[in-house]
Amino acid sequence: MHCPKCRGVMRTYNRSGVQIEQCDNCRGVFLDYGELEALGQMEAQYRAAPPPAAPAWGAPGGAVHHHHGGHHRPHHGGVFGMLFST
Amino acid sequence: MHTETEQSELFARLVEIGSGSYGTIAGTGGGGGRAGGDREPEMLYDRHGVLVVRIGELAVKAHQPDRVYGRPFAQRVALAGTLPQVLAPLGPPLLLLDGHTVTVAPYGQPVDPLGRLPWAEGARLLATLHNTPVPMDAPSWGRPERVARVVARMDATDAPELVTAAAEVRRAFATLPAWVRGESAPPARSADDHLLHGDWHLGQMVRTRAGYWRLIDIEDLGRGDPAWDLARPAALYSAGVLAPADWEVFLDAYRAAGGAAVPADGDPWAALEMPARSLAVQIAATCVRTAREEDRPLDGAEEALIDTCRRISRMRDRA
Repeated sequence: MHCPKCRGVMRTYNRSGVQIEQCDNCRGVFLDYGELEALGQMEAQYRAAPPPAAPAWGAPGGAVHHHHGGHHRPHHGGVFGMLFST
Repeated sequence: MHTETEQSELFARLVEIGSGSYGTIAGTGGGGGRAGGDREPEMLYDRHGVLVVRIGELAVKAHQPDRVYGRPFAQRVALAGTLPQVLAPLGPPLLLLDGHTVTVAPYGQPVDPLGRLPWAEGARLLATLHNTPVPMDAPSWGRPERVARVVARMDATDAPELVTAAAEVRRAFATLPAWVRGESAPPARSADDHLLHGDWHLGQMVRTRAGYWRLIDIEDLGRGDPAWDLARPAALYSAGVLAPADWEVFLDAYRAAGGAAVPADGDPWAALEMPARSLAVQIAATCVRTAREEDRPLDGAEEALIDTCRRISRMRDRA
């Protein structure tokens, strides 16, 4: 397939599951029917994604409950120091 | 280290200051006349060279001797005096002949660890502090000095378990920015600076006689990135030690009060990640140090902090 603008050669790329054709010469992009909608939908999903609940190094969900026997009350052990002192 | 004699002399000196005719402090409702009362002086805190003694309605504190006070500290005391809605009142610093800096404040009731923890109240006080316009002469908060200090002081230990834990902590410490590790200058004064407490945790809250929560301990009060005031609960939540419900109460109350440290909605972790990571390392190092001092193994929550350090270094290895 050739670019409708500059007649350059168009190559097919896969971007997050959407096939797009890009011109090697002018870098112009050709979208098939429905592909613009598919990209729009992905963008909407990205925007609606809930903010991360913890940093990447956060404890995996539930690990504390099983491994350490539930969340620690601050009146005993190391937790008191962690919450109440420098 | 401090000998017992030195400590008991200091204790006696603090009692003398507290029961003497030390000047009126805003908020005590009177001067030294009734300050001492008939109560026996009570030791409230005695660790790492810091001594706090309750004498009647006053709390007299001998500050950590190996820190620099002088002008920035006097500025902090003065600054605290302009923020009575956030900080507990505090008298002007006294310099003892032996070099100790002493301050006198009205006694405030600390948080009861067995009761409902005032996460929301703390968050609102921090938000108010962070949203107060920064005075021109506010001292700089500088950097989170404790993390490098406590990592350096984990010291050698014979217990293999603690040796492994200390190595994990050091690896995680290495992921922190150079200025946090104390190896380069802290960020320059910025238009984004806010006032921050600088060492916030639940032990920094007291309830006044009138029933209001206020913050105490102004040694680190100054201008800087307010996210550091949220770093400890953020770290403990991320380590799986602080219950998600408590974290949500804290963060929601902070946001509802319009706190400047995190965006009003959306992802708070872009602002919180690095400060929380630093505090996770600091708390883990403190756990190792305490376990070594007490000659005992790490408990479950302390292990969770070491595990967190392990995940921190793994993230870095992958990056």
